[in-house]
Amino acid sequence: MSGPVLEVRSVVKAFGDNVVLRGVDLSVAEHQVVALIGGSGSGKSTLLRCASLLETVDDGQVLLDGEDVTDPRIDADQVRRRMGVVFQAYNLFPHLSVLDNVTLAPTVVHGRPKAEVLEEAHTLLARIGLSDKAGEYPDRLSGGQQQRVAIVRALAVHPRVLLLDEITSALDPELVGEVLSVVREVAAQGMTIVMATHEMGFARQVADTVAFLDGGVVLESGPPQQVLGDPVEARTRQFLSRVIDAGRL
Amino acid sequence: MLPEPSALELSRRAWRRRRARRSTLVALASTLLFAVVAYLVVTSAPGWPRVQATFFSPSVAWESLPEILSGLWLNLQVLLVGGVSVLAVGLLVALTRTLRGAAFAPLRLLATGYVDLFRGIPLIIVLYLVGFGFPALGLQGMPTSPFVLGTIAIVLTYSAYVAEVFRAGIESVHPSQRAAARSLGLTHRQTMRIVVLPQALRTVTPALLNDFVALQKDVGLISVLGAIDAVRSAQILVGQSFNFTPYVVAGLLFVLLAIPSARIADAVSARARRRQQSGSLL
Ligand SMILES: Nc1ncnc2c1ncn2[C@@H]1O[C@H](COP(=O)(O)OP(=O)(O)O)[C@@H](O)[C@H]1O
Ligand SMILES: [Mg+2]
Repeated sequence: MSGPVLEVRSVVKAFGDNVVLRGVDLSVAEHQVVALIGGSGSGKSTLLRCASLLETVDDGQVLLDGEDVTDPRIDADQVRRRMGVVFQAYNLFPHLSVLDNVTLAPTVVHGRPKAEVLEEAHTLLARIGLSDKAGEYPDRLSGGQQQRVAIVRALAVHPRVLLLDEITSALDPELVGEVLSVVREVAAQGMTIVMATHEMGFARQVADTVAFLDGGVVLESGPPQQVLGDPVEARTRQFLSRVIDAGRL
Repeated sequence: MLPEPSALELSRRAWRRRRARRSTLVALASTLLFAVVAYLVVTSAPGWPRVQATFFSPSVAWESLPEILSGLWLNLQVLLVGGVSVLAVGLLVALTRTLRGAAFAPLRLLATGYVDLFRGIPLIIVLYLVGFGFPALGLQGMPTSPFVLGTIAIVLTYSAYVAEVFRAGIESVHPSQRAAARSLGLTHRQTMRIVVLPQALRTVTPALLNDFVALQKDVGLISVLGAIDAVRSAQILVGQSFNFTPYVVAGLLFVLLAIPSARIADAVSARARRRQQSGSLL
């Protein structure tokens, strides 16, 4: 496919008087990894929630494989099936085992044969080193393990694009690495990814494009070396120096 | 393996054991004392011999038992049919109240109105209105049996309560669970059925069991419609013998019926509490 997998065009989103997104543009080509950076409250989560149709946009468009998915006539459930989302707080289903968490959508939503789904789920769990936890319930897993399962759950539906919302922010520092290495592997296999992140080092290594969200727009975007190393905008420099002071770069 | 407890820990454990034993003794002694005093006060009352003869006559109790038991069978049927219907209707109303979007506004309003109305009216009035009002309409196929009408009235009232219990349970499930389910492509229905309701049910089971215990005694109210249930049987027997013992028998039978459910409700609540705060002292 030639065009971008995901395209955000002039998206506006407000909560009451609080205009969070004032016309965001973002284009994500196939196999590309886009890192979304920006201060806390800059609207990263909101943008990802708009893109995954968990929020209705107030203006603008979101296109998935060239199809306008913000058109109200479209079946939103149908569109969400083609995206995978991983949340900051994992959001695994606590009443379902790890295996059931992973196989739920492929069987119930996509109607794929149970045997095939099970086999794939076991393969995926083995790849993240959690084969022995397939029968466990999420509350018996560490945060890092839960987040790895959440990634696998999102991958199990074979999404066109994977949206990751600060997936390491809720983790103890020592657990961040294991989750990021799963993302790195998924990216290496060619998955199209948009990830909101505070891990600048990781963004620099893995992302093809870094987009800086500020004041409700993408203020600056480009290759990581440029945006993170030699930003054009003063606001970007300010943000990065704050992050450096916090020891995150 | 735990290491050998220290002398300090051993002395703490001994102290806790001593205290537990002392508290049990105190509780036992005070309960006994209270029982003895209550017994003495009641039996020394001037009217006690007459009360004993008219309320606690063993022979009348024995003679009335078969009829009251056969009446209780009707109560049990109402309880069973009513209980199942209440769960179904209550869940339906709760789900209706959680529907989002303008298209469902009329349905939502209807469900809210229903809950407001039937949580407000005393059950006995609903029984009279349904029990005597429905048949008076004279519609074709309208049931006239007090059993059916009584069950309808009970279901109308209890479903309003149970709907609110279910709704509280549904709303106690964190919105992020819904977001996760919808992001996987599950529809609203699938999300409710597979993700939200199973979690909500766990939360509300203790409350539902409590409502069930309440329902167990309220099924006795169908007697006001003339259904020959345990209460009505007792009433008839009292009218024949001018002895109130049958009421006591019926009352005790209802208590016996309620005890197992009450214990189950306790056990379920305790388990839920333990799950929520395993290891905590408070
Ligand atoms: N559901 C909501 N209702 C009201 N305000 C919201 C909601 N979600 C986010 N916001 C607001 O939108 C702004 C951006 O939030 P968010 O997208 O979470 O930022 P980020 O993820 O970049 O930290 C914040 O001011 C937040 O308070
Ligand atoms: Mg966020």
